[in-house]
Amino acid sequence: MKKLIVIAASGLLVLSPASAADKVKIGFLSTLSGPLAVLGTEAQDGFNLALRENNNKVGGLPVEVLVGDDQASPDAGKQAADRMLKRDKVDFMTGVLFSNVLLTIAPSVFAAKVFYISSGAGPAALAGAQCNPFFFGIGWQNDGQSEAMGQYLKENGFKNVYLLAANYAGGKDNITGFKRTFDGGIVGESYVKLGALDFSSELAEIRATKGDALFFFLPGAMGTNFIKQYVAAGLDKQMPLFAPGYDADEDTIAGVGAPMIGLRNASHWAWDLDNPANKHFVEAFQSAYRRYPSVFSFQGYEAFNLIARAVSDVKGNLEDKDALRDAIKAARFASARGDFKFNTNQFPIQNYYLRVVQKDGTGTITNKTIGTIFKNHTDSYASLCPMK
Amino acid sequence: MTILILEQLLNGLQFGLMLFLLTAGLTLVFGIMDLINLAHGSLYVTGAYLTATLTQATGSFLMAIPFAVAITAILGMIMEMSLLRTLYQRNHLSQVLATYALLLICNEAIRIIWGSQPLELNAPAALSGPVEIVPGLFYSSYRLVIIGVGAVLAALLYILITRTKAGMWVRAGASNRQMATVMGVNIKLLFTVVFGLGAALSAGAGALLGPLLSVQVGMGENILILAFVVVVIGGVGSNRGALVGALLVGWVDNDGTAALSMVLRQLLPPTTASTLGSTLSSILIYILMAAVLFWKPQGLFPARG
Repeated sequence: MKKLIVIAASGLLVLSPASAADKVKIGFLSTLSGPLAVLGTEAQDGFNLALRENNNKVGGLPVEVLVGDDQASPDAGKQAADRMLKRDKVDFMTGVLFSNVLLTIAPSVFAAKVFYISSGAGPAALAGAQCNPFFFGIGWQNDGQSEAMGQYLKENGFKNVYLLAANYAGGKDNITGFKRTFDGGIVGESYVKLGALDFSSELAEIRATKGDALFFFLPGAMGTNFIKQYVAAGLDKQMPLFAPGYDADEDTIAGVGAPMIGLRNASHWAWDLDNPANKHFVEAFQSAYRRYPSVFSFQGYEAFNLIARAVSDVKGNLEDKDALRDAIKAARFASARGDFKFNTNQFPIQNYYLRVVQKDGTGTITNKTIGTIFKNHTDSYASLCPMK
Repeated sequence: MTILILEQLLNGLQFGLMLFLLTAGLTLVFGIMDLINLAHGSLYVTGAYLTATLTQATGSFLMAIPFAVAITAILGMIMEMSLLRTLYQRNHLSQVLATYALLLICNEAIRIIWGSQPLELNAPAALSGPVEIVPGLFYSSYRLVIIGVGAVLAALLYILITRTKAGMWVRAGASNRQMATVMGVNIKLLFTVVFGLGAALSAGAGALLGPLLSVQVGMGENILILAFVVVVIGGVGSNRGALVGALLVGWVDNDGTAALSMVLRQLLPPTTASTLGSTLSSILIYILMAAVLFWKPQGLFPARG
């Protein structure tokens, strides 16, 4: 018996090529506790769904996922990332949602020559001057959805908009994006601490400006609380709400409910987009979790599929980084958003759609896609990126 | 402009009253039992979690509150009888260490029982809309109810402490513990009851704030620091001091931030103004505390004369 095992083991050794790794290690670092954690759980659910669909294998190699919680704090994120990079020696990393956390961990990820597939944060710096061959944004550059909303508000003749965002890199990017396309007047602009949950004094200021619309970017429970308090204060009658898609997705709708009906938002993906990959994803997600997927579940799912296809394209050879990078950059997997490709800065060139929150035929409150705002939109930072 | 100021004053009042509910228990425990209880915030969190769970189970927020408050009060009394009682004779350092450990244990226990995801707690549908208080000012009806409930509880507590026999014992205990014991007050029972009352008030604050904030682990820590500032400003052990201190801190924290960031926004870019505004206003609270301590080292209404 013992002999048999030895023979079997040596047989395995012979079979596996010396250059290839024996497994693929993916570090999934996300926000899994605190008021912003709902987004991290969404992303993890999507990621795990793709993992199960691939039977925990990519390109013939078993996958080991190391999960870390950054608590939306750069310090905690840095510690967890260093552990993944130095002790666990991961091959890929993904999952970080908040740009301030991502910008803190990025230098050590790049120094370790580990590919980072961003399923969340897409800070301006990493799309522009500090773009890196080891960084891929699978979702968005932070400005994108807000640029689309700015365009929509401009086309619909809004003149006096109040802007409210969380005070961190991602919040500033979103407001920059909105201002890039919106040319009307801005009656006020204010920033609240990331993680703040009571907006009573902001609401009083917003009311006093008497604007004609409010555009906000407040992730996780911040957005849920803000919309509830905004409606409870009767402000939705005076100034309609607009938001980027990640602030008005299924996770927020689950927390707010009916007060969100009518909220228009922009996203590069929606669960009702009509393509085979999306149909499959939405059905699989619904049967696994009994709810509609949100944009963060979609991106967790896509991040895994991008890695899976690239590893399989290079036949499990993770040592040849250039070949692996080319395989990732080709993005040959079937994306649930439809066709997209990576730009020179390794951020997507993709469409942005207009969605509205409404009650569907079955009485469920959810998003419905009602138009296309941008076709093949590129971010504004690609020209600053030295990569060609 | 008048409407803005009025609305901000109401916001400060609402925050101040909730802070008072949290502080009322804390200051009595500190004043009467001479115990620094860092785990006081855990009672507030427990109240909020129980309310959220019971609301889901019974379908009624109003039904859930009394049960959540009662259960938290009982838990608080058990905590006092089992652990805190042994700490009264120890110095403040031991108390801080022990109750800090208790705080960590409570947080982990809550995480184990309810998970790390925030719980949803919504105000009853009837209170989810606005009311027009004066023409042009629509104010959240739920926040108004909170203000009303907070004011009523503050009044009841005042009557309880100044007009009843039990209140007299409490005041006697706060001003001179040994003398009260000598005069035949059952200090042991009194301590347990006072602790239960404090727990109930904190749980009430947690339950009422639950629908406004989200019910989550760690929600007690931030507000506890402010509660201690209130205790110091108001005077240790003084109920009246806690009320005045809480309202002062509520207004300074809320309206100070608002006013400062409005002024700063005229001078600086919005992101800098917002950061600076909230930083400066948290300094304002400590300036207020320092000023009170400078002129009135025992706090505004010292219980021990």
